[in-house]
Amino acid sequence: MLRYIVRRIAWAIPTLLLVTFLVYVALRLGTNPVYSFLRANPRATPDKIATYKELNGLGNNYVVGYLNWLKHFVTFDWPRSIKGSREVFPALKDALANSLRLGLAATVVGVIIGLGIGVFAALHPGGRRDVAVNTGAFIGISVPPYISSILLQLLFAVYWSRWFGKTLFPTSGVYPPGHEGFNAILMLKHMALPIIVVAIQIIAVYSRYMRSSLLDVLNSDYMRTARSKGISERRILIRHGMRNALIPVVTVAAIDVGAIVGGLIITENIFDYPGMGRYFLTAFGDGDFPLMMPWMVIIVASILLFNLIADVTYAWLDPRIRLE
Amino acid sequence: MALKRFVGHKAAVASCVVLGTFILVVALSPLTARYGVNEAVRKPPNSFLPPQNVAWLGTDDIGRDIYSRLIFGIRVSLLIGFFSAIIAVAIGCVVGAIAGFRGGQFDDIMMRVTDLFLAFPFLVALLVVRNMLGALSFLSPLIGDKGSIRFIIFLLALFGWMTVARIVRGQVLSLKEREFIESARAVGASRKYIIMRHLLPNSIGPIMVSLTFSVVAAIIGEATLSFFGYGPQAGAGTTSLGLLVGQAKGAVQTGFWWMAVFPCVALVIISLCINFIGDALRDATDPRLDMGH
Repeated sequence: MLRYIVRRIAWAIPTLLLVTFLVYVALRLGTNPVYSFLRANPRATPDKIATYKELNGLGNNYVVGYLNWLKHFVTFDWPRSIKGSREVFPALKDALANSLRLGLAATVVGVIIGLGIGVFAALHPGGRRDVAVNTGAFIGISVPPYISSILLQLLFAVYWSRWFGKTLFPTSGVYPPGHEGFNAILMLKHMALPIIVVAIQIIAVYSRYMRSSLLDVLNSDYMRTARSKGISERRILIRHGMRNALIPVVTVAAIDVGAIVGGLIITENIFDYPGMGRYFLTAFGDGDFPLMMPWMVIIVASILLFNLIADVTYAWLDPRIRLE
Repeated sequence: MALKRFVGHKAAVASCVVLGTFILVVALSPLTARYGVNEAVRKPPNSFLPPQNVAWLGTDDIGRDIYSRLIFGIRVSLLIGFFSAIIAVAIGCVVGAIAGFRGGQFDDIMMRVTDLFLAFPFLVALLVVRNMLGALSFLSPLIGDKGSIRFIIFLLALFGWMTVARIVRGQVLSLKEREFIESARAVGASRKYIIMRHLLPNSIGPIMVSLTFSVVAAIIGEATLSFFGYGPQAGAGTTSLGLLVGQAKGAVQTGFWWMAVFPCVALVIISLCINFIGDALRDATDPRLDMGH
């Protein structure tokens, strides 16, 4: 098992390097970092431009430039952002923390509700409940996150206060403007709508996974055997059914992290939530290369990490994989 | 047999009717639209009128009729959806069939690349590749300017073929072990012949299904891009569903609900209908379901 994990990690590192190189090339071609630097700082001295190019690895040669960028990146000598020359790391750290909080909360809510609904539907396949759940999940998948965000914003920003005379859920930011310090209730209120939007997507997907996975398990031979031994229905469902049905769901969950991040980006932007998504879209709009590259590294690394977790979980659950 | 099963799927039949109506209304836009794309409904003051007789679905910030704009927007969105889906499915079929049939290194590399792209957050990949393609000046005679509809079609097709390729590859992998392929090979049929005459026609069910889902993906992709201001540019007097939804973004906080609700509902209805049709197609053409009954 340990050898398998080590081998997988050994593979992940070159993949990370290769992908960040591709991202580096794509960003250099697509956002033209030198040009956007000059646009943001029209009066930059040739000296400053040279330093900017040096720190970001923006020489003529792409491979050399990438290695140069990598050197500065791993030695933590990160270049400052082109707009306002801010430090990149504190901004990125805050954005990451905010996004993790939102993403984790939404994932926990979404997965618990989604799995519950999936089980609920699978117990009586073809019944009225099943049809209702299926249709609901279908609608959930068909509604893109920005549509549900806009409609929720409309409901809560405008009509809730008009009908009930007070605001229930604020529709932007983490705290009201001017607020200082930590206030969990205020924060939860601000996070409620973005969490709902992201969780809807997760619920719609996972209820379907769980339903089909549990149906497969319920129709298998060992369930009949378990039943014929006289074990109670509840115990059969939990010990034999759920446990086996969760195996494919768990592996899918880890791979799905890219989709969750994608949903977060859109949602954060609409709700003005200062997370990774808004960070990226602002940086992308400005063509801010020093801000974008570390963001990309974090995203690629987390995708690889979750893929690794998925593989390892799968190998742990299914010993045949390890021997290949 | 497949048709009978498809007709048995009530939601899908209803979806066909709804979608057909949409297409009809949109295709007959000279008759059905009441105003031009950029035409104001009347002299000012005409902005943010709520739904009323002069503008059935209200007007936007500069007094344009949302109902008429919706028709033009849906037309552009459907065009983008269908064309990019067709390109995506064509590329996906070829790549998927070759990868599945030949296997080996080509297959490995193809699947690695698509894995990577599918794992990446869609919007980020779309934005970065969009800018990159736009900067490559030698491509512009083929795919047009960054803000053009043609460019968006190609861009979305570039992302869409991967899922199709995986589906076709899976289908080909299971088909190629079957006896009739073996016998075709035994009588000396060429690879191209087997792929074109046996493998692809026998995968028509999954291909049709992935075509419908590609249409939805492209429509939503375009809307997402437009929403963030990176879609086709409105300069040429056109609009699209995404642009309309994007405009609604600003109107939400001020309570002009008609600007947000109608484009959103139209987009949801279209994607829901196409999804239902795709789902019914899958049920109707999947031979495995036969064995269950």
